[in-house]
Amino acid sequence: MSQSREAFGPDLVEVFGPSQRDGGPDLVQLLTPEGERTHHPEFDLDFSGDQLRGFYRDMVLTRRIDTEATALQRHGELGIWAQLLGQEAAQIGAGRALRPQDYVFPTYREHGVAWCRGVDPLDLLGLFRGVDHGAWDPRENNFGLYTIVIGAQALHATGYAMGIQRDGAVGTGDPDRDAAVVAHFGDGASSQGDVNEAFIFAASYNAPVVFFCQNNQWAISEPIERQSRIPLYQRALGFGFPGVRVDGNDVLATYAVTQAALQRAREGSGPTLVEAYTYRMGAHTTTDDPTRYRLSDDVEHWKLKDPIARLEVYLRRNGLVDDDFVADLKVEADALGHRLREGCKALADPKALDLFAHVYAEETEELRHQREGYAAYLDTFEGAR
Amino acid sequence: MSRITLAKGLNAGLRKAMEDDPKVLVMGEDVGKLGGVFRITDGLQKDFGEDRVIDSPLAESGIVGTAVGLALRGYRPVVEIQFDGFVYPAYDQIVCQVAKMHYRSRGRSPMPMVIRIPFGGGIGAVEHHSESPEAQFAHTPGLKVVACSNPVDGYWMIQQAIASDDPVVFLEPKRQYHADKADLDETATPEPLFTSRVVRRGTDATVVAYGPTVKTAMAAAEAAATDGTSLEVIDLRTLSPLDMGPVLESVRRTGRLVVCHEAHVNLGMGAEVAARVTEECFYSLEAPVLRVGGFDTPYPASRIEEDFLPDLDRLLDAVDRSLAF
Repeated sequence: MSQSREAFGPDLVEVFGPSQRDGGPDLVQLLTPEGERTHHPEFDLDFSGDQLRGFYRDMVLTRRIDTEATALQRHGELGIWAQLLGQEAAQIGAGRALRPQDYVFPTYREHGVAWCRGVDPLDLLGLFRGVDHGAWDPRENNFGLYTIVIGAQALHATGYAMGIQRDGAVGTGDPDRDAAVVAHFGDGASSQGDVNEAFIFAASYNAPVVFFCQNNQWAISEPIERQSRIPLYQRALGFGFPGVRVDGNDVLATYAVTQAALQRAREGSGPTLVEAYTYRMGAHTTTDDPTRYRLSDDVEHWKLKDPIARLEVYLRRNGLVDDDFVADLKVEADALGHRLREGCKALADPKALDLFAHVYAEETEELRHQREGYAAYLDTFEGAR
Repeated sequence: MSRITLAKGLNAGLRKAMEDDPKVLVMGEDVGKLGGVFRITDGLQKDFGEDRVIDSPLAESGIVGTAVGLALRGYRPVVEIQFDGFVYPAYDQIVCQVAKMHYRSRGRSPMPMVIRIPFGGGIGAVEHHSESPEAQFAHTPGLKVVACSNPVDGYWMIQQAIASDDPVVFLEPKRQYHADKADLDETATPEPLFTSRVVRRGTDATVVAYGPTVKTAMAAAEAAATDGTSLEVIDLRTLSPLDMGPVLESVRRTGRLVVCHEAHVNLGMGAEVAARVTEECFYSLEAPVLRVGGFDTPYPASRIEEDFLPDLDRLLDAVDRSLAF
């Protein structure tokens, strides 16, 4: 056993460590934290002024949804809220790259993607308030219900993509027909068996699915070093499909990379893993206290990479927005905030007997018996139904 | 009319369902060229192609989880779990996703899926190949759970389970696959899926069984008859929902009930049947409801599995104890 240490390759911890903050040399970036437009040999696009202003508006309004929901939780109107602060670019870039026929399987933090799919943000609040498990119709906007069990939806996305294949909606060359699926998950979910099994199934069947991992560095209190000894995007190679690490705080790059991955899937070239390298500036959820496990220095460092600030610098510097635009957007955000505040408080509690609804497509006699029994019991109380 | 085994009945039923509905898919480990380790899917891939009879990677959660996505896309996947003890890696997908999708989506995302599980012991297998996990699924709202016991039921019940818009855990008694033959009339009108059935009339005591123990119960009834004891035998067939109608009607006549299954007695299906009989026909009972089942041990090494499995003698002993009250 005299084999040299070198024969086993470089020490992966050392490789991984120094790239922690800047994403490493493979990071795809089109807009620097200082708001400078850069270019990338593989992933570059020309963006129109309208498109860029649209990204900016999407991110500002998504941040407003998040801050309002956080405030609503503090006021006791929501039981819990999963914050996305800092991840707006990752989600808007990924969300705006979709076509109507594409389908999204979110985890529980994809408020920005939901916004892009046209889901009413008020509908997101019901789950966290406890009035439903998700009020939107997944078929209307091709945006699935939030999934709480970590990583379970990566398999649903892969199976759905296999269905798209069987429907002949891949590789036809018709841009209105060819479809792809996006599975969203976080860095913590990359440790789950289901995510790894999804990689295997997607690779085996060449399924048209994009695995979009928002590596926000923290799985509640567990750092990314606890999940992986290599950069996450490099895992894709081991499953037999490409992986790309994109600056998740750069909406331009996120859009460009996701669009390329989606197009690849729609054409029939199979899955891609996109690792959006970002940072969760807030807590995991409103029940979490990140000051117990991470350094304020890290947070301050990432504030300098804020996805909205960098785009605003770029837009202002290039005369694409002015003070009036920003002021008008603030008015729009205020109105959205007001609507969410009032709408959340007005969300009606379900009726007691709703708990029996939709357990089965065909209700069983024993459940009907339970429902009727409970209804009769409630009738013995004044005004209980 | 044809004379078939349970394996052939299931195979013919699957084939019929696939012919009738192009959205029906079969998925699982080795279900394609091999036809499954028990040959239940024999020949299906040859006739329906690799897109409809899908050989899966060796990952049970992956099989069920991708089937969820296919169902959301409008397909009707029938997944095969190779052996009962291998279903546990898929347990989360089954109880947290398959079972709850219709409820959480308020009916917008139905899960018309069948999860086929060869279950039970008696084939001399190594560990994890002989288990009876039915109570774990019957305890989960949103799932329906059925167990076939004979070739004719196998043919009809698999088609009915596939046609159901609810997810069905479909239990197949593996030691019966190639055991007995029965006459199948494909033109007959089958009984509804979620119903239990009296399979032998009797007057002195009722025996409730399902899956592999139906044969045990019938053998016990034959033996009891030679001693002058008349046993009524009911094949439960559906475990969730439970169809208690024939059971209650029977117990009201016989006054005695013995429930028999291979699964562990503690918190098993027998406990549920006993509780409901006690609630519904307490004053008809001449004796406490008795249970005969697997002991509350892990499934043993196969050389002593006959001691674990309820057999004719243990069942008759319970009947005698019931009659002695």
